[in-house]
Order: sequence, then C-alpha cells, then structure tokens
Amino acid sequence: MPSLEHPVILDVRGLGMNFGGLRALDNVDIDVREKEIVALIGPNGAGKTTFFNCITGLYEPTDGEVIISPPGRKSEKINGLKPNIVTAKGLSRTFQNIRLFQNMTVLENVMIGRHCRTSSGIVGAILKGPATRSEEKAIVRDSYAILEKIGLDESVNEFAKNLPYGEQRRLEIARALATEPFLLLLDEPAAGMNPQETLELDDLIRRIRDEESISILLIEHDMKLVMSLSDRIFVVDYGRKIAQGAPGEIKNNPAVIKAYLGEDVDA
Amino acid sequence: MIKFSEIKKSLWVSLWFMFLTFPVMVIRVNTIENVIEWRWENMIFIGVGSFLFSFVWRYLLKQKEYGLKRAEEGGDIRPSLAQRILRDRKIFAPALTVVGIFALLFPYVFSLYQTNIMISALIFVMLGLGLNIVVGLAGLLDLGYVAFYAVGAYAYALLNYHFGLSFWILLPVGGALGMLFGILLGFPVLRLRGDYLAIVTLGFGEIIRLILENWNEFSFGPSGISNIPRPSFFGMSLSVHDSTIFIYYIMIALCIFTIFVVNRLQDSRIGRAWIALREDEVACQAMGIDKAKTKLTAFALGATWAGMGGVMFAAKTTFVNPASFTIWESIIILCIVVLGGMGSVVGVIIGALILILLPEYLRAFSEYRMLMFGILLVVMMVFRPGGIVSDVRRIYKFEGSGGAGKDA
Repeated sequence: MPSLEHPVILDVRGLGMNFGGLRALDNVDIDVREKEIVALIGPNGAGKTTFFNCITGLYEPTDGEVIISPPGRKSEKINGLKPNIVTAKGLSRTFQNIRLFQNMTVLENVMIGRHCRTSSGIVGAILKGPATRSEEKAIVRDSYAILEKIGLDESVNEFAKNLPYGEQRRLEIARALATEPFLLLLDEPAAGMNPQETLELDDLIRRIRDEESISILLIEHDMKLVMSLSDRIFVVDYGRKIAQGAPGEIKNNPAVIKAYLGEDVDA
Repeated sequence: MIKFSEIKKSLWVSLWFMFLTFPVMVIRVNTIENVIEWRWENMIFIGVGSFLFSFVWRYLLKQKEYGLKRAEEGGDIRPSLAQRILRDRKIFAPALTVVGIFALLFPYVFSLYQTNIMISALIFVMLGLGLNIVVGLAGLLDLGYVAFYAVGAYAYALLNYHFGLSFWILLPVGGALGMLFGILLGFPVLRLRGDYLAIVTLGFGEIIRLILENWNEFSFGPSGISNIPRPSFFGMSLSVHDSTIFIYYIMIALCIFTIFVVNRLQDSRIGRAWIALREDEVACQAMGIDKAKTKLTAFALGATWAGMGGVMFAAKTTFVNPASFTIWESIIILCIVVLGGMGSVVGVIIGALILILLPEYLRAFSEYRMLMFGILLVVMMVFRPGGIVSDVRRIYKFEGSGGAGKDA
C-alpha cells in the first residue's frame, strides 16, 4: 500500500466541462500518487468517461487544470493537448466499449502502441536501412514481450476480432502498456467479464502496478473489484465529486449510498 | 443432383423475364411500312438465357453460403487460389518470371496499337496503386483523385510549353506537384470522414477540372495543349514507333518502382498507422498516432503517383485537355481498387488490367460496354465483396522468444 509520502503524478484541479448548456463536469479535483491504484466510481451518466476524455485530450476541458508530474520529469499542464501528444507524455487509456483494431492481428495491435516510441519515417520505410530494420525487430520483440506478460502470447497471430471478450479487454490493456505510460487509465476493464476473468484482472492490475511501477486510475462498476483493488476511491455524481477516501470510508459514506440508491439515509 | 424444385424456380424466373421484356424485345413497330413486327426469336433467347443465368446465380450463391458456414464453424478455410499463389514460393517465383518475360517481350510480339493500350493500362495500374494507399490502406474515400492526375499532366504540358523543360526533369516535378496538391487538399478535409470526405474530394476534383476548362490564359481552356514532346532517349528524339516502345518500358519501370515503394510502405510503421487509422480513428489517436500527420502523408503519397501518372499520360498522348480528367476517370480508378481488392497490391494490378483492357478488346460490343461493366461490378460485389484478391497483407509472426522472425 503506497503511503501518502509518494509524490502526486496526476493533479486535476477544478475540472469543468460544458456541452452547450449541459454541465457534464463541475469543479472536479482528483489526484493520483505514484504507484497508487485509484478508482473513480459513480452512477451511470455521472461524468466518469467524460472525465477520462478530458484528461486524455479527446475533449478540451472548459475550465480547470490537468497537471502531470511524471517520475523524474518536470511537471506540466496538459489540458487542450491532442490525444496523441498526451499519450506520448505517458498517459495511456483503454475504452469502455472496446476499440481494438479489429482487422489487425493481436501482435499488430500492440505494435501500434509502440508507434509513439519509435521514429522511422517515410524515407526509412522505403529504403529499409539497418536502423529501420533493427527498429522493426525491436517493435516486434517488445510487443511480444508485453503480450507474454499479459498472457496473450498464445494468440499473437489471431485477428483481434476473433478473440473472446475477456481477452479483447486484456489486449486493450496490452496495447496501452506498449506506449510506456506512467499512468494507465482503465475505463471499465471488468465490464462483461465472468467472475473468474475478473479475478484474473484483479491480479493483472496489481502486477502492472507492482512490476512496472505504473499508477492506475480506473472507472469500474464492479464494487467487489473496486474495494479489493483501490488504495483510494473518488465518487462523482452529476458531474460533481461527492466523496473521496479509502474503500472502508466510501462504503459507509451516506452521500455515496444516497447517490447509488437514491434515497435519504440518516447519517 | 439437380432438384426439381430448382428447375421450377428457374422456369418461373425465365417466364417472368420473358413477360417483362416482351414489349421491348418482341414488338417492333416498323414506321415506314406501318406494320408491327413480332420478333419471337428474341423471346426464346431471353427465356433460355435467364433460365440458365438464374441457375448459375443460385449455384454460386449456395457455394458462397457454404464457404461462409465453414468459416463460421471454424473449419479450415481454404485460401483462395490467388492467395495460395502469393503465399507459396514454389508457384509464385515461376509465375512472376513468366509475367516478367511476357511484359518485357510484349512490344516486340504485339502491334503498336496493343502496346499503346498496354501503356494506358499500366498508367492505371500506377493510379490504382496510388489510390490504394488513400482508400485501401488509410480508409479515406477519395472521389477526386483524378485532380492530381490532371495536375501531373498539365504540369508537364505547361512547364514544357513555357520553359521548354524536358520530360525527365518534369517527371519528378509532376510527382512533387501532385504531392503538394495532395497536402493542399488534405488540410481542409482533416476533420472529415466517410461520406463527408467523399463529397469534399469530389468537389475538389471538379474544381480542378473547371479551372482547367475556363481559365483560358492559364491552361488554354477546352482546346487543351497539343504537341507535347515524347520523352527523349539520352537527348535523341525517337520515331513515333520507337518512342512508344520506349514509353512502354518507362511505364514498366515506373510500375515496378511503385509496387516496390507501396509494398515497403505497407509493411512499415507508417503503413501500420494508416491501417490503424482505417480501423478506428479515436483509438488510433489515443494510442499516440498523430491523426493529422498520418492522413496528410496518405493523401500526399497517394497523390504523388497520380502526378507522375499524369506526366506519363501527357507524354504518351502528346495532347492534354480537360476532357480527359472528368469524374468518370476518378470512378474508374476507384473501381479498380475496389474490384481488385482494397489494400491488396496484386489485386489492384489485376483490377486495373481487367477494367482497362477488357473495354478495349470488347470494342466490338461497345454499345454494351457500360452494361457489361455494371454487371461485372454487381456480380463481383455480391460474390466477392473483398475484391478479386482480398487483402493478403503480411502477417507479422514471432517464432520463439529468441529472435524476431517475420514470415510472409
């Protein structure tokens, strides 16, 4: 369990997002520390995925600040940057509705993740000199290593669309890991998984944190998984943060129970 | 075993067709002698023809369904003939040699007329391969591709006319101008995709053609530019016969060059980025690929080949005017890519040869050319929606954890 001495690597201050007249996010503060697993929960439509989209550059937040401090590097503000630049800076994500490259093989999917860490261009591709060749080899080797870690090395040459659902979810994680992030954002990684697969996912996420020293911010509806995994939990409802704290505190927080069950509970 | 019910079905089809075509095909009013001619023999042709046709049609559909079922059940999917030829070196190498020798000897075996037709087919091979980058790999539907072809052709015609620059200087210049226009078109359409992109590119193609048609001071309007010199051979000018053969060999060389480059690009980091862009734009961006840059390179590299193809076209016909660059040309090139198989180099080559050569050799039936063209496309899309040779992209294989091995 990482203690509070660990430095903050993602600091979101007063994040707000308007879609026309609709305020999807309102003054949300969230922070993630190094080697920490943080969960973001809330009822459907609370703005969790919007929050992810704002951080990863798919949306430009209306107000507020997103500041990253990657370990060993200077901190910087990343709101309004394009998604590919955010990824290059070390924030990588998966999607709620799986967005794999269906007609590419498992290995190729992960190879795409290596794109932003490699550099050969058009001329290199045409001439295929020694530098390009060795880079291509390294891409295949690194991608394969990641797949071995995730446990998908059996099906490297399968098309992504032919994988079973649980493996597709894991492939998304593998692809995100290939971009060498310091913070991994998982959007409902356990959705549609059976209890056995969820258990394996629990183990996988811990291993990523412990072995790769990657912090994790996840959105999840499976409360068992959230309670067992997370060091801290943030709860949002109607675009506002309504609670934060350790799993034990959140479980008994009256505001959270009210948001989920929709009734008044006397504290 | 043919079932009775199938015969009955086909019988109904043929009766229906005979009834439908009766007024057009059978009755003819002879206005000179004021009599009605009854051409019953046509009815027999239609009856027999549609009977057989419906039989073949249903047989093919059944075959296709059978194939799909097998694929679903996870049974071994037999690779198509084309795929087997491409995969198996033992068949592929001799086949390639035969095609190569045929291509080299072509102008000496066949007449000048045939060579000329072949040159146009090769130009379209090049255009098809170029458009394949944009449509097949990057998945950007470009209906204005002919604009870049026109840019290349007019680049050669105008720069030669005004400055007397030679073919050999202007071939790369045409390619570069094509690339420049590719980027120019690329910028405004960066945000668009699918249908919207298709409409904007369509508009762009028409704009270029209308400019060429109406800006007389610049492009000499609809009358075009004539007397464009053919390429010189080390400073010597050749006779019409020799220079046609020479252009043929230049085209062969350019096509080989195109195939080489497109193949290399396809298997590279950039090629993978294009395919990822085609598969899912949002995920592609979220995985760190610069969408704008990737789209622009696809447009630019696709347009380069069209630019060079345009220069070759101007050099071959020695005359350009806007009528050669209509929307119809764009559609033919797109058909080449779709019919051949999107993303497949061999498919596009075969598609170009079929779509350009067939109409030439079917001149005897020129009235029915468009009809045949339409039927061919419909039949293809029903039975082989992936094209003649569907995508046989290299699959990256990793054998063991020792070294990175790649296999075709």
